[in-house]
Amino acid sequence: MSTSTTETRADRPATDRPVVQMSGITIDFPGVRALDGVSLRLFPGEVHALMGENGAGKSTLIKALTGVYAIDAGQVLVDGGEVAFAGPSDAQRAGISTVYQEVNLCANLSVAENVMLGHEVRRGPFVDWRATRRRAAEHLARLNLHLDPRSPLESHTIAVQQLVAIARAMVVDAKVLILDEPTSSLDRAEVAELFRVVRQLRDSGVAVLFVSHFMDQVYAISDRMTVLRNGRLVEERLTRDLPRRELISLMIGRSGEELAGVEETARAAIGLHDAGAQPLVSARGLGRQGSVEPFDLDVHRGEILGFAGLLGSGRTEAARLLCGADRPDSGQLDVDGAATRLATPLQALQRGIAYSTEDRKKEGIVGDLTVRENIALALQARRGAWRPVPAKELDAVVDRYMVALNINPKNPNALIRNLSGGNQQKVLLARWLATDPRLLILDEPTRGIDVGAKAEIQRLVVELAQAGMAVLFISSEMDEVLRLSQRVVVMRDRVKVAELVNDETVTTDTVMATIAADPAADPAADPAADPAAPADEPRKGGAA
Amino acid sequence: MSAVQTSVRRATGHALFWPTTALVVLLVACSVASPGFLDVSVRDGALVGQPVDLLRNSVTPLLLALGMCLVIATGGIDLSVGAVMAISLAVSLTYLDGAADASDPATVVTAVVLGLVLGLAVGAFNGMLVTLLGVQPFIATMILMVAGRGIAMLITEGQITTVTSPPFKALGAGSLLGLPQAVVIGAVVFVVVALVVRRTALGMLLESIGVNRESARLSGVRARSTTWTVYVLAGVLAALAGIVYGAPTMAADANNIGLFFELNAIVVVVLGGTKLDGGRFYLSGLVVGALLLTTIERAVIIFQLPSTTTNLFKAAVLIAICIAASPRARSWVQRRRSTRPEPAPSSAPAKDPSAKELTA
Repeated sequence: MSTSTTETRADRPATDRPVVQMSGITIDFPGVRALDGVSLRLFPGEVHALMGENGAGKSTLIKALTGVYAIDAGQVLVDGGEVAFAGPSDAQRAGISTVYQEVNLCANLSVAENVMLGHEVRRGPFVDWRATRRRAAEHLARLNLHLDPRSPLESHTIAVQQLVAIARAMVVDAKVLILDEPTSSLDRAEVAELFRVVRQLRDSGVAVLFVSHFMDQVYAISDRMTVLRNGRLVEERLTRDLPRRELISLMIGRSGEELAGVEETARAAIGLHDAGAQPLVSARGLGRQGSVEPFDLDVHRGEILGFAGLLGSGRTEAARLLCGADRPDSGQLDVDGAATRLATPLQALQRGIAYSTEDRKKEGIVGDLTVRENIALALQARRGAWRPVPAKELDAVVDRYMVALNINPKNPNALIRNLSGGNQQKVLLARWLATDPRLLILDEPTRGIDVGAKAEIQRLVVELAQAGMAVLFISSEMDEVLRLSQRVVVMRDRVKVAELVNDETVTTDTVMATIAADPAADPAADPAADPAAPADEPRKGGAA
Repeated sequence: MSAVQTSVRRATGHALFWPTTALVVLLVACSVASPGFLDVSVRDGALVGQPVDLLRNSVTPLLLALGMCLVIATGGIDLSVGAVMAISLAVSLTYLDGAADASDPATVVTAVVLGLVLGLAVGAFNGMLVTLLGVQPFIATMILMVAGRGIAMLITEGQITTVTSPPFKALGAGSLLGLPQAVVIGAVVFVVVALVVRRTALGMLLESIGVNRESARLSGVRARSTTWTVYVLAGVLAALAGIVYGAPTMAADANNIGLFFELNAIVVVVLGGTKLDGGRFYLSGLVVGALLLTTIERAVIIFQLPSTTTNLFKAAVLIAICIAASPRARSWVQRRRSTRPEPAPSSAPAKDPSAKELTA
């Protein structure tokens, strides 16, 4: 067999038997069928990508395979024999290992301890640490990782930690390795290193199941794809036979052209605001020690103002000063031309300023409340505890946004924590839209959500601006910012460094150049400044 | 699965199934051990009998648990309620003791109002520590749990103040419309508070604070003042509980009034199906919880258990109910009963189905 590291290995004899064969898998959650008769085949020596939107059932299928969830109907065969796993440890004994999105190792233990946890070499009742470290080093060396096994895990980058997690997964001689969004916090060079290891494992006959939202990576690494939609199997096909456009339309159940259309209209649809118009919100020298340096900013009605910059560059911090989440310690904020102090988010809300956070889980959703209550929250908070929103009025609002934003499942009484990330994001959008804001601040509204929901949210933002709402759009995805906004504010190291009118001369490259324009640093040498790098985790150091 | 089976499953799955079952079992056991236990008769225009006593004795834990439940919903706890009972009773009785005519209705009203105001002040102090200064609720309210009895001692000057005031005594021992006055007070207060909490948006805002305070704050919820409000309410309700509890004996024993009642209140909240980590709360469960707790205490007497085993019996019953009502045990029972056409391919790990995520 070929051992080339770049070409995929889809050619195989038809007699090859899958190492894992799942068929007719059905899983019911209270009120919703999460998986409906789904099948999946994993072949040895092949990278298999599991594709689908948020909520399509990818995680559920993985959890069904690894024994986290009990299966309501269907069959799992491993090496041709039927299995029933009672938990992840059963699955691991059968040779199925999983590496999750968030590195779930113990950061303060050593690399060796992390790799060998539960498999330490024993001498009587004691652990033979020397032998354990040696074994750990051997496992790491198999993946071409040459780390000091004694070094604490936290002293390494997230990418290396991810690779250590893979080494740990391979300690049990896994036949199947599941990688659930392994690249979401890695930069481009780190992804390349990860892929090198994945290809090496593949060439040694391991079946790899790969889940990722990044289209480029999926096409770079996978040999075969299974596409899910709404808990059902749509198609299994060889990657080389499945063009991107078609993949996207399989995932979302709509044609790809429809999507591409939206994104181009934005820039054309909305003109620049009139030069003399009074800004809706105007900041002069607004700043907060240790969070963002004083900055000037005007936001006009009906415009989409983009915020570009790396994570930790002060984008979120600046937004939080505009919405009362943090109190500024310098400068002035005018709303409608009148000086205003926003001491709490409530005061901002009363003036029509709404802030949708970047941290959906910690600052956005109220997990144990229903979708309906989550939508009602800001509206109700603005009215105060003593004047409940009349039930009929609330029903109408909830209904309207659940339909308009296409929130799934279509049950307003479902607990929001049971929804997928993209749907949670839509519920949060509904929460803010229900208050009918004049300025809507969206902080990373499309992070970690799939392509279909992303396009829906982008389309919505354009429509809102056309209807006269001011939108402040913060995103790490440069092209998304450029596609939507009329002006782009660039932040670097907690300082507002530029404000660009977004015309034909502005491209991803020029914005990147502005972000990196620090004479002391060479932008090319800083992997964090890589525009294509997915950025899900705040990086140490921020910009160059 | 038949409709009967479905409804049986639904009933056994309900959070209040085991507390209610235990209550019924205990009542039946009591009436077997002591025939006539459940008899109610009319004497002097008022209902009398063991069930009426149970109702009256349930009022104190119910009032305490009502405030406790709302505080717990915000993710807090109030350990001071037992001590507040002692303080409010001490203040009321000391005032009556010094008054010219302790039986004058106006004097009695003033005495009660004074007690309630003290409860309000204590609640406001707790709320300030928790919301303004950010002290952990457990520690913040423990301060007054310990110091509160000292304050009550100061008020009574170390004596057990006893007074004679028929109108005040009637608050705990009198009857109104055939029912004990305490029961009427408890029922009215419970219904009013429940209506205010559930008919306004207060309940939802409290839950949002308890589940995710920062999300609530960013959504414009006045997390601080709302939280403060429930500590104040808990203080007032505890003061009222103290007055109702102490009125029949009219003796302000600062050392013993309401001792460990804060723990009873917490038990009632938990029996009622509310989790201690805040968020969703269930007021109707408090009624079952309070009745159950009172019935257990009475059952000890009816069964003529030696006084040395009283606490053991009480603890055993409570632990058994809590275990039976625990999520793990409930889902285990549900799975045992489930009548799937073919057995599930795996014996699923004991997991609450609602904990499954739908993300993919």
